[in-house]
Amino acid sequence: MARVMLDGVGKVVSVALIEDLKVGDFVVIHVGYALTKIDPEEAERTLAILRELGVAQPEAAS
Amino acid sequence: MKYVDEFRDGKLARTLATEIASAVDPAQSYRFMEFCGGHTHAISRYGLEDMLPTNVQMIHGPGCPVCVLPAGRIDMAIQLAERPEVTLCVYGDLMRVPGSQGASLMRAKARGADVRMVYSTLDAIAIAEQEPDREVVFFAIGFETTTPPTAVAIRLAARKKLGNFTVFCNHVLTPSAIQTILESPEIRDIGRVEIDGFIGPAHVSTVIGTQPYEFFAEEFGQPVVIAGFEPVDVMQAILMLVRQVNDGRHEIENQYIRAVTRGGNVRAKAEVADIFELRDQFEWRGLGPVPYSGLRLKAAYADYDAERRFAMTDITAPDNPACECGSILRGAKKPADCKLFGTVCTPETPMGSCMVSSEGACAAHWTYGRFRDLQRKQAS
Repeated sequence: MARVMLDGVGKVVSVALIEDLKVGDFVVIHVGYALTKIDPEEAERTLAILRELGVAQPEAAS
Repeated sequence: MKYVDEFRDGKLARTLATEIASAVDPAQSYRFMEFCGGHTHAISRYGLEDMLPTNVQMIHGPGCPVCVLPAGRIDMAIQLAERPEVTLCVYGDLMRVPGSQGASLMRAKARGADVRMVYSTLDAIAIAEQEPDREVVFFAIGFETTTPPTAVAIRLAARKKLGNFTVFCNHVLTPSAIQTILESPEIRDIGRVEIDGFIGPAHVSTVIGTQPYEFFAEEFGQPVVIAGFEPVDVMQAILMLVRQVNDGRHEIENQYIRAVTRGGNVRAKAEVADIFELRDQFEWRGLGPVPYSGLRLKAAYADYDAERRFAMTDITAPDNPACECGSILRGAKKPADCKLFGTVCTPETPMGSCMVSSEGACAAHWTYGRFRDLQRKQAS
C-alpha cells in the first residue's frame, strides 16, 4: 500500500500491480489501485512534440 | 496537478484545433470512434466537438463499464443481494443501473437488501474480514482496468482463507468489443466505412499495452491512436488520426506514451491470466452475445466464484423497448436521437444504462451537451 496525493487530497492505494515504485513517483490510479507509473521523460517528450509543431507555449499552465 | 494541468491547457487545445482545421481535407469526412467512456466524458466536458471542423465527427463507443452490462446481469445481482445471508459490495456507478422493469440495486437496498458501495476491491475484503457471519460478494464489472484489482482481491482472499468472500464476475474485454463493432451489420449496411479511425483507451491500454490493437490496423485497415484522458491528449490524438487518414496509413500510434507501453503492465496481466479464463461468450448491452469477450474464474478458484457458490442461473432480460442505449453503444445513434432522452430519462431517473455513469454517452450529453442542442435549435 502507498499514500498518494491527488491535488491535495491524500489517499492510501494498493501498489500490488506495479514494480519498482519509489517515493515521489507519479502513478495512474484506478479504483484504488496504481495501474502504471507515469514516465516523466515521455511526458516531457509529448509536450516537446507539441512545441515543435509550433503549437505549444514554452511554459505549460501549472 | 502535475501531468494533468499541462494536458488541460486551453491555449494548447485551441492551437491544436487550428492545426486540425488546416490539416483536414474539406472534401473528406473523418469519423472517429472514441471507444472509451473516459474519452466520451472528456470530449463532452471540455466541449471538444465545438472546436473541430464540421467534417470531423466523434462517434461514442461502448467503453463505459456499467453501460454495457445487460439488464439480466443486474437482475441476477439483485436476486443475490436479496438473499438474507448476502452482503453485496458494488462500485457506486452500479447502484442506479436499470435492471428489468425499473429494478435497480438502489431500490433493492431501499427494500432492505444489504448492498454496500465500495471504492476498491480491498474494501470488500475488509468487510468480509470484519463480518465473518456475512456472505460477502463483490459485484465485479469493467474492462481490463478493473480486472487486475479483482484478481488481487481473489488472491488475497485465498491467502487469508476467507471462506465468506466470493466474486460475481462480469469482467469484459476491450478488443472483442471493438471487433464486434467493426463487424456489426449496421456499420456495414451504411455502404461505406462508417468509422475512419479509433481513439484507443487510456487506462485499459496501460494494462494491455498497444500490441492487442495491431490486429485492427492490419485486419480491418483502421488507424488507432491510443490517447490519454485529458483534452489536449484527445485533440492531439485527433490530429494524429486526421494525418493517418490523409496519408492513407492505418497504424497503431501511441499518444499516451507517458503511461502506455507496447507490452502493457506485465504483472497485472499475469495476475489476470492466473485467476481468470475466457467464457465462450458474454452478453453485452447493445452488442448482444459477443464470443470470447468475458471472463470467469478458473476452476482452481471455484471457491471464490459467486455464480458457483450460490448456483446462480443466467437471466436474459429485455431493455426498455423505447430505450436506444443499444444503438448508441454501437455508435449508430446519438443520445438526442432517443425519445426518452431528457424527457423521462435523466441521470436522476435513468431508463437506460447510458444515462447512469458519468462516462455514459447520454449522461455526458445531458450534463454538457444539451445546451448546444438548444442553441442549435434556436439558431435554426
